[in-house]
Amino acid sequence: MNISILKNAILVFAMASYCSIAFAEGSVPKEIAAYREMISDGNPAEFDEMRGEELWKKPGGPNKVSMEKCDLGKGTGVVKGAYAELPRYFPDTQRVQDLESRLITCMTTLQGTLESDITAKPFGGDNYKPEIESLVAYVVGQSKGVKMNVSLKHPKEKEAYEIGKRVFTYRAGPYDFACSTCHSQDNLRIRMQNLQNFSNAKDAQDSYTTWPAYRVSQGLFRSFQWRLNDCLRQQRFPEPKYASEVTIALTMYMAKNANDGVYAGPGLKR
Amino acid sequence: MGNPMKIRASVKDGVTEVKVLMQHEMETGLRKDADGKLVPAWHITEVKAQHNGKTVLEGQFGTAVSKNPYLVFRFKGGAPGEKISVNWVDNKGDTRSDEAEIS
Repeated sequence: MNISILKNAILVFAMASYCSIAFAEGSVPKEIAAYREMISDGNPAEFDEMRGEELWKKPGGPNKVSMEKCDLGKGTGVVKGAYAELPRYFPDTQRVQDLESRLITCMTTLQGTLESDITAKPFGGDNYKPEIESLVAYVVGQSKGVKMNVSLKHPKEKEAYEIGKRVFTYRAGPYDFACSTCHSQDNLRIRMQNLQNFSNAKDAQDSYTTWPAYRVSQGLFRSFQWRLNDCLRQQRFPEPKYASEVTIALTMYMAKNANDGVYAGPGLKR
Repeated sequence: MGNPMKIRASVKDGVTEVKVLMQHEMETGLRKDADGKLVPAWHITEVKAQHNGKTVLEGQFGTAVSKNPYLVFRFKGGAPGEKISVNWVDNKGDTRSDEAEIS
């Protein structure tokens, strides 16, 4: 009897140490990386990019105007590399804007679409694909291989960064969570998913440069606004307003921390 | 007619590797919508790949295959510039064919 208990104890101990060794070597992230490598040529986000390019170039909205006159910060109609420098301050709207809020500006001013029509249902679902999401896919795809270069030269940009930093560490909600609760230490996981440490440049780069992305488990392309929305949902925060100042500030904080990383999106996530 | 596929094919040491990304909802027929009604099955049933008119791969797809299926396969032969064509048929009788050049 005693011997069998002892045996079990040894077995449990052996298993525990085996598990800790397996995780210490990082075999799980390595397997996930291998899986990503395997499917990297088959990213269905490419179809969203194709649809977005079409939407960008064809006349749309009540004004029947294309988006080709849209200024994403690098001049009228320049899409190449634009995402790698967003968010940024725009003199015409006199505020810092991320990609989505800038697209809203163009869709409302150029095409004459009502802002409320865009923001009412900005995220895709069953049989529903908002135009803005495909436009995001197209624009970010045009920055593939470009180094992240977000500036804080303008005081408003600096301000957005500081607000973003505050929001990132702001604890609230029923769980008393902040973004930083999970994202400010190295080598943390939730189940199989590694949690990126946003105060560490490499983690911030790895993460920011692979979003927006196609989520295999949802079968949908997801924008960065969706990603933030989902993070805040998991923290049990109130749902943020689409493309609101606080989400832009958070984006600014994360984008700036990812500077010098090579943009590699649209990504492919589990 | 279905949405276009993405096909990439490259030859190395006499073996051609073909990567096909298809666009399809691949509904299993088991899922319920927001109103609790079953979403009818809608998926690819047959896939066929041809190289210079000769069939190199034939397969039956079913409900276990994910949305927007990605298929990679290799076959002996093939040379740069030659054509690879892929065709699928779904359970509604819809079909799509696309072609790519081997690089």
